[in-house]
Amino acid sequence: MEFHVNHWALFLIVGIIIAVVLAQSVVFLMRAVKRARAIGIDNTVIRKTISSSAIFTIAPAISILIGVVTLSKSLGLALPWLRLSVIGSLSYETVAAGNALNGLGLGTGEQIQSATAFVTVLWVMTLGIIIGLIFVPLLTKRIQGGMKKIENRDKKWGEIFTNSMFLGMISAFIGYVFCDVTLAFSGDFKGLIPVFVMLVSAVVMAICGLLAKKAGLRFMNDYALPISLVVGMASAIPFTAWLS
Amino acid sequence: MKKPATYLDSVHRDGRVWGLLLAFLILCFPVAVSVLYGAMPDWGALWSGLLATAPMYWAVGIVEIFTYVPMLGAGGAYLSFVTGNISNLKLPCALDAMERAGVKSNSEEGEIISTIAIAVSSIVTTLIVIVGVILIVPLTPILEAPALEPAFDQMLPALFGGLAVVFVSKNWKISIAPIILMLVLFVFVPALGRDQVGIMVPVGVLFTLVVSRIMYKKGLL
Repeated sequence: MEFHVNHWALFLIVGIIIAVVLAQSVVFLMRAVKRARAIGIDNTVIRKTISSSAIFTIAPAISILIGVVTLSKSLGLALPWLRLSVIGSLSYETVAAGNALNGLGLGTGEQIQSATAFVTVLWVMTLGIIIGLIFVPLLTKRIQGGMKKIENRDKKWGEIFTNSMFLGMISAFIGYVFCDVTLAFSGDFKGLIPVFVMLVSAVVMAICGLLAKKAGLRFMNDYALPISLVVGMASAIPFTAWLS
Repeated sequence: MKKPATYLDSVHRDGRVWGLLLAFLILCFPVAVSVLYGAMPDWGALWSGLLATAPMYWAVGIVEIFTYVPMLGAGGAYLSFVTGNISNLKLPCALDAMERAGVKSNSEEGEIISTIAIAVSSIVTTLIVIVGVILIVPLTPILEAPALEPAFDQMLPALFGGLAVVFVSKNWKISIAPIILMLVLFVFVPALGRDQVGIMVPVGVLFTLVVSRIMYKKGLL
């Protein structure tokens, strides 16, 4: 067969894999909803979890789509479609593809022409991320068992343990927001953009909480995270125009 | 007599089957491409590309498993490690859902709500990307519009600003030390930039656990 980065056979294979991924999510979702009903979780809670998760996902999913468009310039559409739907993240895929293209003496901007180059990039990207795919099925039960043990030994500490993990992650991202602020001393203020965006999002979140509590606007509570996310992202447009 | 399988047992059993099936399918893709087009990889380039990519990503991959699996719950972990985008999408989504539903992450209710949130998020992401791939030609100019670029560049600050308000206000005692550490590290260590946040998450998690343990032992929490 004549190779092309957008050959139909590539889309067929990718389509099959993505269909399996989708099926897994649907099976897990149906099972969890069934179990939720069985142990008496309120139907409205289930419905709200589904709708607010779906709404929240829209903006990040569009940013993933932008990643597909970016990578498609050199790799065609099928491969980025798979890699950003399955495991990948834009930063990882860009680096992995870049490393493989480097080895081939190709630039990241130009489209791959030969099947040899394509399959080389594909192997590097695949073997690079395969660790998580193989070890999560093998280790998850053991790790969860360890968590249960901590929990059973001391319930209060078990709760602090998980909250500490969440806050450890959140604090890393708070630090990240400030990573370029010192540039301001040399007259470059664009390092302040993420700081202002984070503040806007935090204030919006707090306002949503207050409106939900004081004014009885329950939906404000359910959609507070997507609202603060989108308002924060929108605020980045004037902040960027102003500070860079 | 054998105990009847619980919900969690079935999640683990299915998670393993689906996970390994997908790992197999993903590995089949490059093999299929080789067979279809009769092309072998360029071994030299494959080796140098792998050498530049794998050691780092495998190490990070292992650390990520131990960092994120406890936070995601069983069902959430099996789904998230297949569909990816954990720290920028799946985990915030699950955390927010558990918070709104008023369930603890380490209870069965938490496990279920987190699985529902992550499954829905995975499905919606997959569908949006499918629609985007089909409509790529008309959508490209919109997605690459310079006017929108700053908004998507600042997605993480916008996401974590809201999330931080909820979680820091509820656990401010646990939050102080890691936030100070991360601010100091990111502000004053020039090598730590935008791309290093993924590596700093496990550092933050470990540090917070140690500080919390000390505070807990001293009766401060």
